[in-house]
Amino acid sequence: MTGTGAPTLFDGVANTIAVVVLLLEFLMLRAAMLRAQVRLYAIQSLVVSVLAAVVAAGRDVPELYVLAVVSFLMKAVIVPWLILRLLRDASAEIAGSGVLSVASEVLLAIVVAAFGFFTVNTLDIHSDVLPATALSVAFAVVLVAFVLIIMRRDVVSQAVGFFSLENGVSMVSLVVAAGMPLILEVAFLFDLLVAVVVFGVLMRVHHGRTRSLSTIELTRLRG
Amino acid sequence: MSTATLLLVVGTLPALATLLCVVLPHRAAAAVTLAVALVCLAAVIRLVPPTAHGVVALGFLRVDALSEVFLLPTGLLYAAAAAFSIGYLGDEARQAAASGGHRQRLFSRYSRLFFVGFNAFAWSMFCAPMADGLALLWIAVEVTTVVSALLVALDNTEGATEAAWKYVLIASCGLGIALLATIVMYYAGAQAMGQSYDLALDPLVAHAAQLPQTPVRLAFVLAVVGFGTKVGLFPMHTWLPDAHAEAPTPVSALLSGSLLAVSFYAILRYDEVTRITVGDRFPQGVLLVFGVASLLLASLSLLQQADLKRLLAYSSVEHMGILAIGISFGSPLAAVGVLLHVLAHAAAKGNAFLGAGVVVRVFRTKSLARIRGVLDRLPWTGPLLLASILALCAMPPFGLFRSEFDIVAGGIGAGQHTAGAILVILVTIAFLGLLGSVVRLVLTSPATAAPGREPSAWMVVPMVGLLAVLLVLGVHPPEDLSTLLSAAAGQLAGAVAR
Repeated sequence: MTGTGAPTLFDGVANTIAVVVLLLEFLMLRAAMLRAQVRLYAIQSLVVSVLAAVVAAGRDVPELYVLAVVSFLMKAVIVPWLILRLLRDASAEIAGSGVLSVASEVLLAIVVAAFGFFTVNTLDIHSDVLPATALSVAFAVVLVAFVLIIMRRDVVSQAVGFFSLENGVSMVSLVVAAGMPLILEVAFLFDLLVAVVVFGVLMRVHHGRTRSLSTIELTRLRG
Repeated sequence: MSTATLLLVVGTLPALATLLCVVLPHRAAAAVTLAVALVCLAAVIRLVPPTAHGVVALGFLRVDALSEVFLLPTGLLYAAAAAFSIGYLGDEARQAAASGGHRQRLFSRYSRLFFVGFNAFAWSMFCAPMADGLALLWIAVEVTTVVSALLVALDNTEGATEAAWKYVLIASCGLGIALLATIVMYYAGAQAMGQSYDLALDPLVAHAAQLPQTPVRLAFVLAVVGFGTKVGLFPMHTWLPDAHAEAPTPVSALLSGSLLAVSFYAILRYDEVTRITVGDRFPQGVLLVFGVASLLLASLSLLQQADLKRLLAYSSVEHMGILAIGISFGSPLAAVGVLLHVLAHAAAKGNAFLGAGVVVRVFRTKSLARIRGVLDRLPWTGPLLLASILALCAMPPFGLFRSEFDIVAGGIGAGQHTAGAILVILVTIAFLGLLGSVVRLVLTSPATAAPGREPSAWMVVPMVGLLAVLLVLGVHPPEDLSTLLSAAAGQLAGAVAR
């Protein structure tokens, strides 16, 4: 069991992977180029899939191998490919813009991530599968994804922000719900794919109407 | 027909209609949609007596008294909006057929997308309350989001595009939080039931007393924030007025009367478990805060609204706030009131949106300042719209009077005097805002003396039907329905009885 005595090799590997996911989230926040952002998302999805495989091997949950493969195919291959294709068709802007400067955004994200990290630590939720640190990191990923969605002013970054939020949720699920029936996990992923298609359609509609990927003009409806 | 077959009918027919509408031409698609909607309505009503006395289950589908209460609004509005759609698209269809060529092609594309999306939307909203398990429930609610976001974008105007993007982004993020709630609840359940279980409702409720407290609290708050985004609770409501105002009218009616209720149902399922695990006070406190905040925002927004459909959308936020406060009272009488309120609100708000749709069609504007003399120009829609607004203001003899009366009486009976007083005051402010705007709209004399004509009988009949439902709910709800509501309220107050 984890949580007692010195951290094992497995714990170390799992925690490192979790931290890499969080760092990738920060890189996405930093990335100005939309393409770079999508690629970072693909790498992040790959890392989350690797974490699933590591849990499968380390904790002997063979079902998670299937999840790792499905999640890799969907989130690291299909989804980024769909968005990159959309970007190629749109060929409008290649860089998005944020509300704040990149430095302030990163500072804000650090504060938010730290808040998430320490708050979840105090909840005292233990898991047999992964160290609790990974859970705190996963919640931090979710919160930084929110910063990304809120601060960015273009439809691609906002959509990618939502998808990476889902990566954070997947990590939470690996930590505390590794035994969840595979069929449900796959259903969640399939739902994500449907959401991606809808996001794609609406991005196209938006681009077709405004000839731009920016959301700055979306201020007509208020009150 | 056995009761389990009814579940199959409701669970599959709308999906079948969705597939059929992909290939059928406009008229046939409209006819199929209406027929399926009426069959589903009949099936849902037929399910009332058996579910009032027990659980009807078939595979992954499971309907108890609580879920049945939330199937009824969808059944009702699916049928009403399907009939309304025939009139709503009728004018356009005739003009398109007359001019032929490009316009004809554009219209048949619009009509196909509309009916495919409409049926898929109704299907997903039937599936959510029938799903046996919190995970399946989340999946169904997520499907309602993506389908309805496409429907909101359907009109392809500037406003519709903006509303659809805001809606899909905000609602998806909300559902991301709701997924976290699902996972945390799974974790809590795993502590009592072992790793391999599928979040089915009955085992979860049965083991609720042994679940660890902190994760359940966390799951409940995440669920209220996550699903609350789709209910339209403050401060996650920002997508709601946009989406309701910009969607095609039949979709607005379904969004407001049915979708918000389905999302509220999801919160109630978490509430059911949480009350048993951590006691009544914690969930009540959370719901009271969100309820009062929503009601406050909505009643103030209603006072200064310039757009007819946004006015009705804020009224939805108001009524969702009332539901949350009603549940927070934790009294069986208030719970019965809340469940009746769900039904009556669906009928009244559906009716109001359909009426507003006719008004917008005839006056070609949504601006409250430019619409005058509805009563003179529209001899049927005018009075019907006015009646539905009076119903929304909880005037007797309509269903919402009875339900709000139950909620307030239940709250005061349970000793919640402050919350009860706040509820009454805010509802009164909302009443002023809503009635003030609409009375000006309906009773002032028209700018032009053009004689009135209803666009289509198909648009009037469903409104008359919904008004009849409102009257029945207000004057004398059927015996079976009362039994159903008491049974469902019993589920909500289960923790007290245990």
